[in-house]
Amino acid sequence: MKADATLDCIGLYCPMPIAQTANKLKELEIGQVLEILADDEGIKEDMPAWCSTTGNELLGIDEEAGQYKVYVKKSK
Amino acid sequence: MAEKERVTLVIFSGELDKALAAFNIAIGAASMGMEVSMFFTFWGLNVIKRNEGSIKSKGIMRKMLNRMNRGGAKRLPLSKFQMLGLGKWMIGRLMRDIKSPPLEELIAMAKGMGVKFTACTTSMGMMGIGKEAFIPEVDSFAGVATYLAEAKGGKVNLFI
Repeated sequence: MKADATLDCIGLYCPMPIAQTANKLKELEIGQVLEILADDEGIKEDMPAWCSTTGNELLGIDEEAGQYKVYVKKSK
Repeated sequence: MAEKERVTLVIFSGELDKALAAFNIAIGAASMGMEVSMFFTFWGLNVIKRNEGSIKSKGIMRKMLNRMNRGGAKRLPLSKFQMLGLGKWMIGRLMRDIKSPPLEELIAMAKGMGVKFTACTTSMGMMGIGKEAFIPEVDSFAGVATYLAEAKGGKVNLFI
């Protein structure tokens, strides 16, 4: 998936990935996509919950060998 | 735009592990666009005491209490396995291992995200400590009515 920016959260645990996502998304324009790299499995549940609460769109989560690529579209 | 959802946390405990959990929730909630207020009361006041200098108070009992109950984010014991500081040292190592910031950094981070800190004036009066005992991040000094007024409109209200 094509992203406008990437945020590296490898090695970070809750709540840092969502805290950094919230922060990073402020730099993006509405409609742009942020790619988040993470390896804490909690992200699989946390990012959908974060997106539905904040009104941003979760485009997908790719999992490969214990690492996750999460795509969030800034929607508001 | 609709009013922000509110989260209130009562921090009653003065232990490191409980404070870490509380600040994780506060930072998570702030990241989700929620408005977060933390009320520090009783032993929880230790979490927001300055780390430097001594705590001044009057009277023998209060002086003794404040010596034994010095507080400050760097001094908090664990609620379990403190083992005269060995347990705390080990938890500190393990936290660094997973790149988890220490409590002082979480406090600064929460503050930077707009989390509000209130210290309970009743506990301060009972313990004989003044505003100068606290870190500058504390926004207000108030009582239970202030807490309830916020908690009434809160979607998530926790007592830690």
